[in-house]
Amino acid sequence: MRLISVAVKSAWNRRLSLSLTVLALAISVMLLLGVDKIRKEAKSNFVNTISQTDLIVGGRSGPVNLLLYSVFRIGNATNNVSWQSYQEIKTLEQVKWSVPLSLGDSHRGFRVLGTNQDYFKYYRHSGDRALQFKTGAAFNQVYDVVLGADVARELDYALGDKIIVSHGLVSTDFSAHDDKPFTVVGILAKTGTPVDRTLHVPLEGITAIHIDWQSGRRSAFSIDAEQALKMDLQPKAITAFMLGLNNRITTFRVQRQINEYAEEPLMAIIPGSTLTTLWHTLSSFELVLLAVSSLVVVAGLAGMLTTIISSLNERRREMAVLRAIGAHPYQIVLLFVLETLLIILLSIILGIILLYTILLIFKPLILGWVGINITVSALDWQQWLVLAVITVSALLISLIPGLIAYRRSLQDGLMLRV
Amino acid sequence: MSDAVISINNLRFSWPGATNPVLDIEQFQLQRGRHLFIQGASGCGKTTLLNLLTGINAPDNGSVRVLGQELNALNALQRDRFRADHLGVIFQQFNLLPYLNILDNVALPCSFSRRRKHKAGDVDGAAQQMLEELQIPVSMFQRHVMDLSVGQQQRVAVARALIGDPELVIADEPTSALDSDNRDSFIELLFRRATEHQSTLIFVSHDQHLASHFDNRINLADINRAHAEEAA
Repeated sequence: MRLISVAVKSAWNRRLSLSLTVLALAISVMLLLGVDKIRKEAKSNFVNTISQTDLIVGGRSGPVNLLLYSVFRIGNATNNVSWQSYQEIKTLEQVKWSVPLSLGDSHRGFRVLGTNQDYFKYYRHSGDRALQFKTGAAFNQVYDVVLGADVARELDYALGDKIIVSHGLVSTDFSAHDDKPFTVVGILAKTGTPVDRTLHVPLEGITAIHIDWQSGRRSAFSIDAEQALKMDLQPKAITAFMLGLNNRITTFRVQRQINEYAEEPLMAIIPGSTLTTLWHTLSSFELVLLAVSSLVVVAGLAGMLTTIISSLNERRREMAVLRAIGAHPYQIVLLFVLETLLIILLSIILGIILLYTILLIFKPLILGWVGINITVSALDWQQWLVLAVITVSALLISLIPGLIAYRRSLQDGLMLRV
Repeated sequence: MSDAVISINNLRFSWPGATNPVLDIEQFQLQRGRHLFIQGASGCGKTTLLNLLTGINAPDNGSVRVLGQELNALNALQRDRFRADHLGVIFQQFNLLPYLNILDNVALPCSFSRRRKHKAGDVDGAAQQMLEELQIPVSMFQRHVMDLSVGQQQRVAVARALIGDPELVIADEPTSALDSDNRDSFIELLFRRATEHQSTLIFVSHDQHLASHFDNRINLADINRAHAEEAA
């Protein structure tokens, strides 16, 4: 019998109190890994709000501002892009595809986006996920609307429902485009991106509802929906547009070309890098979460120390017997180190099992609730490093009871009187 | 001289910080194969003497030779190894590790001493044979220590002390938890087994009645001058 087997059997003898310690530690390990996992998923989800779009172009303002209004539908554009500039840039030889974006109207708190069918073809998120229709299809007519998943769910809309779009972002009766209702023709599947909270209409639809408006108010003579259809519905300006390039290597060149565009002050941003910049400004809360879950691990380790130290008295005889048989005092210390190693390894294994069980169970639920797609993947090197740090700390902590037992076994000698 | 199991010369030992020694023995020798009864009231230095003989503590002055080995010449680690290799120890009670079964308890010294493992050969076989010699039923071998009576536990302790035939067995009040019938038969058994395994037995007790079992007996108070001076 080796010392390790003595340590295992001794621990097994105290399995009730030790298993509680293991459970507490396993939960804290699970929490720490889980928070780290969610944090990384949230970040990758955020950074993947839009993907495979090489450039977003809008009127000149700040990069974060452009990203916020074009992708997150937050805030407003200060300048538009003229239809002519859009036409010129989209026909550059490096450009593979483009999608126009026209914002400014809303429906009961949700933004209305004017675009074209290429939006459903080229918009990608979370790597290479395309937009999918839960029911219906893309818009075909001027007065068709495609709803994001949250819009349909929260407002309880189904295919065929009529929707009135409000002018601007505040919905009031007098600013409603109530003469030109839109018909729901498609509802998108949940994406976990701002697309879920957007109503998509054709650019021509946006033009049509504003055709008899001037300076934000309805003009004196109105043009009804049917009449509008016969008019020229090509917009004079759009808010922004997305570009996909033939070759990513040309991204910076095209970006510079757009930024130096002579006819109009424009700005092009690379969405991925701007998203990362934006995330960093939001990321202090994740540090707080990590700090809290680290403290939970510290509490777990303190609990383990308490359990082991409280067992020292009842194990005093055990140590005397081992000393009599010829155990060195350092082997006594080793006994505590081995026991701790056993506890911490079991806790980590159990913690990982708990983590993956919970991830697998909640994966579909989380996707449904918040649209974050949790990828169940192996632990990354950072997480292994964290586990290694926990293990080493636990072993260092185990020296405390180890050295107490060491000192006592020297004092007690062999002849421990009971 | 080589035949001496224990040889003590001008031994003095005092606890750190204390001015008076607890142990001061001019001379003492024990020949191989002669079991010894050491009688001493509590507080007369018995425990200290046993700690010195087993190498747990080192003397301040003088020499303690056990089996021809000067313990002073060894460091603490070497003394622990010497104890593992050459000594069997029996306490008054609670000799066994509660979380090991009976067989594992008996075999335990062999995992701390390669020498005793080598001498035992097949450790499990040797442990079973020892237990059988000590009339522990085979059905108990895999059982828990707690399932044994105190008398049985002490017999298992004897098996553990004797496995791998250590040259010296030190028993510290091993019968104090036994009733008088069990006590006599236990001492008989201990005697016989120690002799069979060619181990020299040192039996320590405050109980003078047990001395009658031994030819060779001393009273610690007679040889410990520290105690005599204090008394005087």
